[in-house]
Amino acid sequence: MKRRVLVKSLGIAAAGALLASTALLPARAEDKGPIKVGILHSLSGTMAISETVLKDTALMAIEEINAKGGVLGRKLEPVVIDPASNWPLFAEKARQLLATDKVAVVFGCWTSVSRKSVLPVFKELNGLLFYPVQYEGEELEKNVFYTGAAPNQQAIPAVEYLISKAGGGAKRFVLLGTDYVYPRTTNKILRAFLHSKGVADADIMEEYTPFGHSDYQTIVANIKKFASGGKTAVVSTINGDSNVPFYKELGNAGLKATEVPVVAFSVGEEELRGVDTKPLVGHLAAWNYFMSLKNPANTEFKKKWAAYAKAHAIANADKPLTNDPMEATYIGVNIWKQAVEKAKTTDVDKVIAAVGGQKFEAPSGFTAEMDAKNHHLHKPVFIGEVKADGQFNVVWKTPGPVRAQPWSPFIPGNDKKKDEPDTH
Amino acid sequence: MLRLIVGLALLAMFSAPATALDREAIAHWTGGDPDEQHKALDDAAARGDLTAIPFLRDLLADRVKLAGDKALIVDGDKAVDALDRTPAELPADAEDVSTSNSLRLAIEETIALLEIASPDRALRLEAVKRLQNAELDESRVALLAKAEQKERDASVRDTLRQMRALGELQSSDRALRLAAAQALRTTISGRVREALKTRLSTEEDGEVRVALTRSLRNVESSLAVGENLGVVFSGLSLGSILLLAALGLAITYGLMGVINMAHGEMMMIGAYATYVVQNLFRTHLPDHFQWYLAAAAPVAFIVAALVGVAIERTVIRFLYGRALETLLATWGVSLILMQAVRSLFGAQNVQVENPAWMSGRVFVTDNLELPYNRIVIIVFSVDVLLLVSFLLARTRLGLFVRAVTQNRGMARCVGVDSSRIDTIAFALGSGLAGLAGVALSQVGNVGPDLGQHYIVDSFMVVVLGGVGQLAGAVYAALGLGVAGKILENIAGAVLAEIAVLIFIVVFIQKRPQGLFALGGRQVD
Repeated sequence: MKRRVLVKSLGIAAAGALLASTALLPARAEDKGPIKVGILHSLSGTMAISETVLKDTALMAIEEINAKGGVLGRKLEPVVIDPASNWPLFAEKARQLLATDKVAVVFGCWTSVSRKSVLPVFKELNGLLFYPVQYEGEELEKNVFYTGAAPNQQAIPAVEYLISKAGGGAKRFVLLGTDYVYPRTTNKILRAFLHSKGVADADIMEEYTPFGHSDYQTIVANIKKFASGGKTAVVSTINGDSNVPFYKELGNAGLKATEVPVVAFSVGEEELRGVDTKPLVGHLAAWNYFMSLKNPANTEFKKKWAAYAKAHAIANADKPLTNDPMEATYIGVNIWKQAVEKAKTTDVDKVIAAVGGQKFEAPSGFTAEMDAKNHHLHKPVFIGEVKADGQFNVVWKTPGPVRAQPWSPFIPGNDKKKDEPDTH
Repeated sequence: MLRLIVGLALLAMFSAPATALDREAIAHWTGGDPDEQHKALDDAAARGDLTAIPFLRDLLADRVKLAGDKALIVDGDKAVDALDRTPAELPADAEDVSTSNSLRLAIEETIALLEIASPDRALRLEAVKRLQNAELDESRVALLAKAEQKERDASVRDTLRQMRALGELQSSDRALRLAAAQALRTTISGRVREALKTRLSTEEDGEVRVALTRSLRNVESSLAVGENLGVVFSGLSLGSILLLAALGLAITYGLMGVINMAHGEMMMIGAYATYVVQNLFRTHLPDHFQWYLAAAAPVAFIVAALVGVAIERTVIRFLYGRALETLLATWGVSLILMQAVRSLFGAQNVQVENPAWMSGRVFVTDNLELPYNRIVIIVFSVDVLLLVSFLLARTRLGLFVRAVTQNRGMARCVGVDSSRIDTIAFALGSGLAGLAGVALSQVGNVGPDLGQHYIVDSFMVVVLGGVGQLAGAVYAALGLGVAGKILENIAGAVLAEIAVLIFIVVFIQKRPQGLFALGGRQVD
């Protein structure tokens, strides 16, 4: 009888201890240990040319934060994943980051198709994504913060500049892009915008190429033919390493920027690295940041990046370049840190509530402010021309930051959409 | 007395200020106010100020810097004063002069307008050609008319007259319009086509309309010839690349029935071999950098062939006759090769430069320009094709390869060592893929997944062409290239790919053995 009682009580005690310890364990990991932070960028495949530096920029920002003591006294631990420019793999890896690695936030994605692929995962598992790249708008999700440009902060000002006398007074437009949601939607918006400026459909040529396409002979020949009908400008939404053969073909065909200017939305300093830029002088890009901007914050940013690249033996560290998505990544990591400190927790819903209104002194020389409601940054717009050394010379800029309009007024039905996420 | 007057006139001419390049003009041009810049440029053109040309050229080439109120022309770390070209000191805080597209266009046109009066005939001709696409307002038209009157050289005068005709199309004088419409019949350019079309839509006079229509028809048909030739050329260029890619596959698939999914990676290895040779030339033989391709071709061939031998000896020879297993095994090998290259060279693309003699293009007509690099690749493919057909048709090795392809059993009976032939043929096929990689490195991106883009196309060519003769691969490759480009012109790149695939599927239904099938008795 006594032994039975002893065994029973020992069993209950053991079970109780076990239960207690299991109840304690997750709490200990959540409150004390390092905070895991996910980095989801393609490090191989067609998008690696653009996305690899974003991974390194995020790691640099994390290293900087850790050096200053981390967030809420805890160090940040990066979890780097390579989804290899494979869109379904993006969704799989996002699920792995959120469900298995239990990261507090993910910094990632470039192409809109990768973002659309991971979106259902973030909504289902209530994760948090900071998306640093210019895109087509038409999206406003509670679980995503967009630190890149919406069309009214990049595409529309660029086309307005092309129409203006200073930009060449273009009358005909070639809308050339890679075949997926971002170029298709942006071109829909631009076509409506051009109609509103009196440009007829006959003066607009729309062309798409698949990802990884490398033979642009026919397209460049068609652009030349189209251009004989009047002053023409090309609006390029080509993404990934297809840009390299496209610009090479432009140079081969002798299509100079003074005759047919090409403005690109996904080409920055990094994409021009592999191209001979002498025949491309004068072609344009529209961004919210250029490496050539002269201000103290940018000088500081470039110095930090050069030092980091050298210390970590990053490819091409002898010629360090910075670009807009890198700036947006840097802003994103720091704004997230500030929101976590304000919310005093990494709990996703509380952090989401604390991100709105956060400000950060950006390398663009302006204060980047996350809008209080619509999950987008207020960003200045710059239009730059390519110089022979691969840098951009700013030829036009907005006087200050522009508020984003994720629901473009040029798409019918958008006037009914709310300027904040649907579910809160 | 007459001599005195002439002498005084000459004196007056020569003492008139020949140098109008002054501080004020420079200040306007580098000032940064677009309106002032354009006006100052127009003034210089109207004055016929030839001395401004060197400075404007420097401005165009980004060689001008501002230091205080002086403008300096900078070359490396040496500087000269812009006004008198005397050496000057280059301060560290000298500012760049920023130029924009519209300013650069205006400068180019101003230089052209000035050079119309140059004593050098070649410069005049170039200047007039440069102005063919320029916006012509009244002052420029007047300038051109003046130049045409003074012009002695026939070809320059003709070009000037054509430009005048373009302006006169819009004249209110019917006789002038008629003469202009007739004169433009032989000026083949896109701009003339558009001008004629625009005029035709608003012209009311019957006779002028007839002249316009005849000229437009002539211009359009000539331009159409150029366009079609351009499409055919790009089709041939794509076809030549497909041919190089598929030639090796046709040999290995035809010989051994081996479906080699690692064929694309052989091309990738050839492209990376080119990259390595390029770097070696850059560091050790920079003076001979232009010839690195000549060294890269044999190196790529040998490296790819060696890798092919390794694959054949270690994997494929054990799977002879088992097609499905070979497919899977070579697929695995392709993944290994891709990851090996990623580990060695990094996951990102590497940069392979075109040598200088391959940049630039040949002008055939106004709308047909053939780039040198693609011409070189077509010539290269033809050379490779000739070498391979010579090898197969005239050498002992080729005889054995053909024998084993046609009837392996009989060949072995008469004493051919078929497994040695297998290895050699596989090496040859892989080496040819390496050469395709060399060509690809010049026109596309070089990265670890270069092979993935071309493996499907290579199989399409082999399946379509049949494995009987090399001619099959040639016709299939060129046919697919040209058809693909024609479809791309009509329907866009994405639909063209889809249409080509559908066509091949349908063709294979009707004729499974491909274009050129192996005749004769065959025990399969």
